[in-house]
Amino acid sequence: MAAGLASEIGSYHHCISDYPFVRLFAGDQPDDDNRELQRLIAMHTQTTSSSALTVRPTIAAPAIHPPWVRITHWINAIAMLVMIGSGWQIYNASPLFDFVFPRSITLGGWLAGALQWHFAAMWVLGINGFVYLMLGIATGRFRRKFFPIRVSDIFKDAFAALRGKLSHEDLSVYNAVQKVLYLGVILAGVVVVLSGLAIWKPVQFQELTAFFGGYDTARYVHFGAMAAIVGFLVIHIAVALLVPKSIRAMVTGR
Amino acid sequence: MRKRLIVPGVDPKLLIKDAAKLLPDPARRQFLRGAVGLGALTLLTGCDIVDSDAAEGTLRKISKFNDRVQAAIFDPHKLAPTYPESAITRPFPFNAYYSEDEAPVVDGASYKLEIAGLVDNKKPWTLEELNALPQEKQITRHICVEGWSAIGSWTGIRLSDFLQRIGADTRAKYVYFTCAEGYSNTIDMPTALHPQTQMTLKFADETLPRKYGFPMKIRIPTKLGYKNPKYVVSLAVTNDDRGGYWEDQGYNWFGGS
Repeated sequence: MAAGLASEIGSYHHCISDYPFVRLFAGDQPDDDNRELQRLIAMHTQTTSSSALTVRPTIAAPAIHPPWVRITHWINAIAMLVMIGSGWQIYNASPLFDFVFPRSITLGGWLAGALQWHFAAMWVLGINGFVYLMLGIATGRFRRKFFPIRVSDIFKDAFAALRGKLSHEDLSVYNAVQKVLYLGVILAGVVVVLSGLAIWKPVQFQELTAFFGGYDTARYVHFGAMAAIVGFLVIHIAVALLVPKSIRAMVTGR
Repeated sequence: MRKRLIVPGVDPKLLIKDAAKLLPDPARRQFLRGAVGLGALTLLTGCDIVDSDAAEGTLRKISKFNDRVQAAIFDPHKLAPTYPESAITRPFPFNAYYSEDEAPVVDGASYKLEIAGLVDNKKPWTLEELNALPQEKQITRHICVEGWSAIGSWTGIRLSDFLQRIGADTRAKYVYFTCAEGYSNTIDMPTALHPQTQMTLKFADETLPRKYGFPMKIRIPTKLGYKNPKYVVSLAVTNDDRGGYWEDQGYNWFGGS
């Protein structure tokens, strides 16, 4: 009983600092956190006796993902689908490899339509991605959730995952495989945006294009980053479907 | 070109309205709510399930917004990278919306470049007169909207010099070109005045071959290939945007690189 309460309080403590506004505007000091914790415990004990107070505790109730993570996640999901679908159509106009994407899974109908989708969704992807990165750094979420990563844990967790024995009991804590995959896809996202800018503006942003090895090489980099993101998506969606409560957590926060 | 999932001639909106009328009230509301979701899905897939006109209109507006962004990004002093002779792509690809043997044949002896719009001297120019003007050479990368690129060597008159020579009002917004086969292009004045924007008369030090736009093409290394018109027969300085062959079909107007 006592251990259960302690772990619950622990997760309360964890989650309250996940709210950027609480953390940024209601105090960042440990003392403030403690006061916040006491307030939460008090509210928690009130819920059982008074139904009139249920509204406030639900606001402060534990959330696995804070609202800004959920909002940017789903905006990113839509923007990524549009960018990938239209990108495949653009690729088909001048394929880099010995294959084209079936038209039925591309977006835009023809090259001009696909370009319009691509250069519209790029704003959504870029701005949303930037907001996500800034909040992830500013709130300390990246530091808390993704680090430390131990190489031995990556192998251990990857092996456990392949045997289907990796626990997803506590969705608020990422295992080493998740950490690597999430950091990897964030990196791929940064590369896909920068290499995209390099092939969109090879004259105006020629320094960036040169950084990616010139215009033609930057196209391969852009394609490679897309392929990495699609590869991530296959694993990400498959695992999410295996652990449906993770999808609920990304929608409702719980 | 687009996938139509609705029978042609049937208005999707009316169809939904009729279908909704046949449903009892709560179900109708449910159905209409579903239709809104379907609309959102349409936006995602680009299919004409419900109404793609709204999506298309929005995309065109964003493309216009992107024109303004590109004009702001455009640096009139930033030069496109240049390359050594050894980097030239051989053979340089022919590209048009028609095959190479359908390319226009322009008679160089009777050719005249027509001048129109906001210029002092509208006297047409013969090829001989154009060839007598000071020439510059550039080895730059031609980038196609399709994604491929090729490096070529172009020699010709700096467009900004020519505009000055004919007394063009360079405060005007656009320069408009028409071509022998009916192709056309409108470009922004800052790009027209860019030092690498060229009235090209030679390719790889030889008279511009028919397949690359004889007798004259406009070479703009700061823009995509479709903004580099070939077989140019007229030039007009103007304040109204007259569009262009591909731009009118949905390609981005600015087309900057």
